[in-house]
Amino acid sequence: MTEMAGDDILTVEHLTMRFGGLVAINDLSFVAKRRAITALIGPNGAGKTTVFNCITGFYKPSEGMITLRHANGGTFLLERLSDHQVSGVAHVARTFQNIRLFAGMSVLENLLIAQHRPLMRASGYTVGGILGLKHFARAEQEAVDFAVHWLDKVGLTERADDAAGDLPYGAQRRVEIARAMCTRPTLLCLDEPAAGLNPRESHELNQLLMNIRDEEGLSILLIEHDMGVVMGISDHIVVLDYGEKISDGAPEQVRADPAVIAAYLGVEDEELGEIEKEIAT
Amino acid sequence: MTQASVTNTLNGAPGASAGTEKMAAAFKEALIAGLIALGLAFPLLTHKTVQQAEGLVLEPRWLWALIAGGVVFAGRLALRFLVWDRQITPPSMPGLVKPLAALARPLAGLRAWIGPVLLLLAVVFPFLPGADRRMLDLAILVLTYVMLGWGLNIVVGLAGLLDLGYVAFYAVGAYSFALTAQYFDLGFWTCLPIAGVLAGFWGVILGFPVLRLRGDYLAIVTLAFGEIVRIVLLNWYSFTNGPDGISGIPKPTLFGLQFKRFGENSFADYFGLEYSTLHRFIFLYFIILALALLTNYVTIRLRRLPIGRAWEALREDEVACRSLGINVTNTKLTAFAMGAMFGGFAGSFFATRQGFISPESFTFIESAIILAIVVLGGMGSQIGVAVAAVVMIGGGELVFREFDLYRMLIFGLTMVAIMVWRPRGFVAKRTPSIALGERKAISGELVREGDG
Repeated sequence: MTEMAGDDILTVEHLTMRFGGLVAINDLSFVAKRRAITALIGPNGAGKTTVFNCITGFYKPSEGMITLRHANGGTFLLERLSDHQVSGVAHVARTFQNIRLFAGMSVLENLLIAQHRPLMRASGYTVGGILGLKHFARAEQEAVDFAVHWLDKVGLTERADDAAGDLPYGAQRRVEIARAMCTRPTLLCLDEPAAGLNPRESHELNQLLMNIRDEEGLSILLIEHDMGVVMGISDHIVVLDYGEKISDGAPEQVRADPAVIAAYLGVEDEELGEIEKEIAT
Repeated sequence: MTQASVTNTLNGAPGASAGTEKMAAAFKEALIAGLIALGLAFPLLTHKTVQQAEGLVLEPRWLWALIAGGVVFAGRLALRFLVWDRQITPPSMPGLVKPLAALARPLAGLRAWIGPVLLLLAVVFPFLPGADRRMLDLAILVLTYVMLGWGLNIVVGLAGLLDLGYVAFYAVGAYSFALTAQYFDLGFWTCLPIAGVLAGFWGVILGFPVLRLRGDYLAIVTLAFGEIVRIVLLNWYSFTNGPDGISGIPKPTLFGLQFKRFGENSFADYFGLEYSTLHRFIFLYFIILALALLTNYVTIRLRRLPIGRAWEALREDEVACRSLGINVTNTKLTAFAMGAMFGGFAGSFFATRQGFISPESFTFIESAIILAIVVLGGMGSQIGVAVAAVVMIGGGELVFREFDLYRMLIFGLTMVAIMVWRPRGFVAKRTPSIALGERKAISGELVREGDG
C-alpha cells in the first residue's frame, strides 16, 4: 500500500457530453483528491448530474477521459466501463437526486443487495447457495453484520426490518448513503444529499459525511445546493455553469470569485467589474 | 313506478332533500347501468340457435335480456346502498369493527398454517373417498397450472418482467420430450431434465433480444415469441408432424415398472395389487405434485439467495441496481432461463400425461391464463399463486362446466371482480427475505410491479 493522503483519486480531463446539438458539458477538467470532500456546485441545469452520470457509467461521454486511481495503484478508465462495472469493479458508489431505494423491500434487504457481488461469489453463483453450503451462510452473516454496522452509523438500526418506502424522507436519504457505503466504495458520489432535509438533519448529514471521510478514509464527490453543507464540509469546490467550469478551488476562494457570484445571482457580464470592486472594498 | 317514488320524495321535507337527491342519483345511475346491460345482453342472449329438422333456426328469448338488465339494475342499487355508502361512513359502526378485529387476530395466527395444511391435503388427496378418475384428472390439471404459475412467478412476480409468451417454453418442453422420445427412444425420466435444459436455453435465446425492452414493448415481443414457436411447430411438418401432432409419447415408469394390466414389469403384479386404471393417474398426480413442489422449493430458496434478491431489486428499481454493481443483463437472463426451465418441466409432464401433443395446445390463451393466475395470486406470492390456480382452473371446471358457452364471459367477470376487490391479488403482502428481528410483512402498496 503506497497510500498518501492528498494524492488524486479522480481525474476528469476534457470531458464533453453532447445530446444531439445540446452541449451539456463542455471541455470540463478537474481533479478530486483522496480522503477529501470535493463539491460540484452550480445553478440549476449547469450539468452537474450529467457529470455524475458520466463518472458512474450511466452516460458514455462524447469526449474526454475519466481516470480513477485506487490507493493500491489500480487505475480504471471509467468512461470505458459499463455502469455496473463502475460500481462493482472500480468501486465508485453513487446516490440519486430523487431517492432510488427499493421501496418495497426492507431496509436490511436494501443494504444486502448492495453487497450483491461478494455474496454472489460466496453463494458459488447460486449453485452452492441452493445446496445450502455453510460457506454461504457465514458470508451472509458477515454481510448482515456489515449492514448493521452502517445502520448504526446512520442511526436506523431499529428500522432495519421496516419497508424502505415507509421511512420518513430524511431517513430514506440516510439509508441511501448507507446502501452506497455497503458496496465498499473508494469514491462516494452523492447527488444532492441534503435536498429536502431540515436544518437539524442537514447538520447530522454534515457530521456523517465528515465521519465517512475521516474514519473510513473515503473520498467524496458531492453535488449540492445547500451552501451550508457545501461551505461547511468541502475541501475543494468546482463550480459549473452552462456545462463549463467557471471556478475551482478552496471554499473561501470560490466564495469570493466574482464569476461564481455572477452565475448564482444572474448578473450580466458587463456588471462583473462592479461586483469585483464591491467585493474588494 | 320508481319515477313516481322519486318525485314523491323530492317533494318531501327540505331537511331530507340531500338524502332524496342522493336517492335520485342512485336510481339514475342504476338505470343507466341496467340499460347498458340490456344493450349488451341483446346480442348475447336474445337469440339461440336450435338444430331442427329443417336446419338451424333462431329461437327468440327476449325475457333473458330483460332479466339481465333487471339483475344489473337491482345489483347496482344494492351495491350503492349496502356497500359503497357504508365505506364512506365507517365510523358509524364502531361496534362492528372491534369484534371483527378481535376475530381477525387468531385468523392471523392461522395464516402460517395455510401452507402446511394445503400441502397435507395435496398429499392425501388421491386416497380421499371422493377422488375418482375425473377428480384426479382435474387435480393433475390444476397442479400443472400451479407449477406453471410458480414458474412464471419467477419472471413476472419476482423479476418484474412481463412475459406474455410463457406458453412457448411449455411447448418447447413438451416437444423436446416428444421428439427425443420419438427419435432416440428415450424414456420420461431421461427426457425430463433434457426438456428443462432446452427450455431454459430457449429462455436465454429469447432473453437476449428483449433485454433492452421494457414494459409494453417487452410484453409485445414475448407475445410474438410465443406465437413464433407455435407457428414453427405447426409448419415444420417434416420434423414436428405439424398440425397432426405427435402421438404415442411414452408413459412414465416407476423404476422400470409400467402401469399396465399384465406382463413382467407391471406395477400391479409386482406389488401383488389388483390392477386398477387409477394407479396410473395416482402416479401421474404424484409426479406433478413433486415437480410443482420442486419449483416451489427452488423459488423459495432462490428468494433468499443474492440472485433472488437481485431479481426483486430489479423489479423495484433497475437504475439503482445498476448503480450497485448488479449486472442487469445477466440477472434478467437468469430469471428468464429459470422460469423457462420450470415451464419446460411442466411441458414434458403435459406431453407424457396426454400421450399426444399438437401445436393447438399451446395457444396464447394458455399464456394469458397462466399470467392471470400469477396476477390474481398476488405477484411474487407462492401461496397466492397456488390458491389462484385452484380457484381459476379447478373452480372453472367444477362450477362452470354447465355454462360452457359463457365460460370466458364468467372468467373475465371474475377477473374484473377480483381486481376491484383485491387490486394487488389474493396475497397483497410481501414478506422480507431476511430480518434482524421479526419479519414484518410489507404492504403491497409499496411493492412495485416492475416496468421491464
